[in-house]
Amino acid sequence: MTVAIADKQALDQSEQAVPLDEEEIRRARAVRIEKIGRWVLPVIILTLSVYWWDRLCVWNEIAHYILPRPGLVFHTLVEDWGILSTALGNTLKITFGALAFATFGGLGLAVLFTQSKWIEISFFPYAVILQVTPVIAIAPLILIYVDSVAAGLLICAWIVAFFPILSNTTLGLNSADHNLQSLFRLYGASRWQTLRYLRLPAAMPYFLGGLKIAGGLSLIGAIVAEFVAGTAGSGSGLANQILESSYRLNMPRMFAALTLISATGILIFLTTNLLSYLLLRKWHESALKREA
Amino acid sequence: MTAMVQNNMLNTPAESSAIVSLNGICKTFSNGTVALDDLSLDIREGEFVSLLGPSGCGKSTALRIITNLVSPTSGRVEWPQETGKQKDHELSFVFQEPTLMPWTTVFGNVWLPLRLKGVSKKAASDRVMEALQMVGLEQFAQSYPRELSGGMKMRVSIARALITRPKILLMDEPFAALDEITRFKLNNDLLHLWETFGWTVVFVTHSVFESVYLSNRIVVMAARPGRVVNDMAIDAPYPRDENFRTSSVYSGFCRDVSKALHAAMGAGDHL
Repeated sequence: MTVAIADKQALDQSEQAVPLDEEEIRRARAVRIEKIGRWVLPVIILTLSVYWWDRLCVWNEIAHYILPRPGLVFHTLVEDWGILSTALGNTLKITFGALAFATFGGLGLAVLFTQSKWIEISFFPYAVILQVTPVIAIAPLILIYVDSVAAGLLICAWIVAFFPILSNTTLGLNSADHNLQSLFRLYGASRWQTLRYLRLPAAMPYFLGGLKIAGGLSLIGAIVAEFVAGTAGSGSGLANQILESSYRLNMPRMFAALTLISATGILIFLTTNLLSYLLLRKWHESALKREA
Repeated sequence: MTAMVQNNMLNTPAESSAIVSLNGICKTFSNGTVALDDLSLDIREGEFVSLLGPSGCGKSTALRIITNLVSPTSGRVEWPQETGKQKDHELSFVFQEPTLMPWTTVFGNVWLPLRLKGVSKKAASDRVMEALQMVGLEQFAQSYPRELSGGMKMRVSIARALITRPKILLMDEPFAALDEITRFKLNNDLLHLWETFGWTVVFVTHSVFESVYLSNRIVVMAARPGRVVNDMAIDAPYPRDENFRTSSVYSGFCRDVSKALHAAMGAGDHL
């Protein structure tokens, strides 16, 4: 035990004793500074922006029904939390529901497409048509045809979100190493084994890339669909809060709703990023840390 | 060790029977390229055969036809020793690239051939470790391919090929992408494994020196169309080591093989 400690001390000393050249010291310092700056700088910029926003309102005597002060927005957020949290809950339901359907739908369709070239050739054009038609243009139709408003919103958000997952995963499933595919054939792998052990793992980085895009798009899809649906009452989401606030010139509440939408988007982004990092950190280039 | 070596020295090509026969193999690709024209070749049990030739001579295609990854336009591949259909597990293939799955560990990569046959991780564990021991990588079972050097990745690839205990090992320029020092080391290790286990090796290369060092038989091929132009025995005893690499016997063989290769290239069009 003592020996081990002595060894460790010796090691520490030797580590310190190794003379680093100027360049390496500078590089190490730059890395340390960057690590701190990565967090501190955005926070400083954000604080300054909010401060300037507040000062602009005060100096120019801008009315709160045109541009509310940040303090008032925060106050409204707390005050109207009852209404806003219900709206937030409804929007989140649509967003995550659409994202879940987009994930399974996109993944399932991609697997189906790579199992048969003929299925892909037959149906891929329809996926493209769904993607290139602006959702805001078909949303009214969908909302007329579908009885339940929630289901209609879900379909709209799904249409926007599923394509990146479908197209990325299809690309990924088809980009498994050619020699590995030969190897699997040589060892008599079944279609299912090739999918399970080769194609799906190879497609993982592509799928996660698609998921990152789809996460943001499902929120956008949900908000756009809510705008079109324009429902009031128990099922209404954050978009309706914005619409309603604009009719009543209730700018503080509009800003509060906007803040919640942005926060949701940021949260989705961070979650998908974290998921991607956790799944790829052991092997994929994008998640590896390298020496300069 | 000596017993095994002597056994191998006695195991001269002429005495063994063919493990695989290629009879009049022709291969024309759909773009019109004639990769192989009437290739006939008997590969005998226990042989270390190199297929040597310029690029485009169809040596890799020949290897893939043996594995059944590519089917010949005409001609037949026969496995005289086997009754019924050719068994998959009796041949293994090593590619020019290590061709490892980056998302799984060294263990997972070597386990793959057995996994595809339905052998569980636990049941395969001993054989995976045994295969890794053969290539000297048993401490790296839990490493990911990205953590290994080029030579180590190639060793993993070889371990994966060996885990099925193949009768015949097909290698498609396996060391071409490695630096010379690593290549020499892997040459020696491969020879040692071959002497110990006595499989049949078919080794595709475009290096005269590598083929002479490793093989007891060199099949020289010419391009456009791909065909065999020379079949040479390298009658130098095993074990071969670095002394052999600098011996006059070795350089003599290299000279002969180079001449044959030049003749082969003269016979076709020049590169």
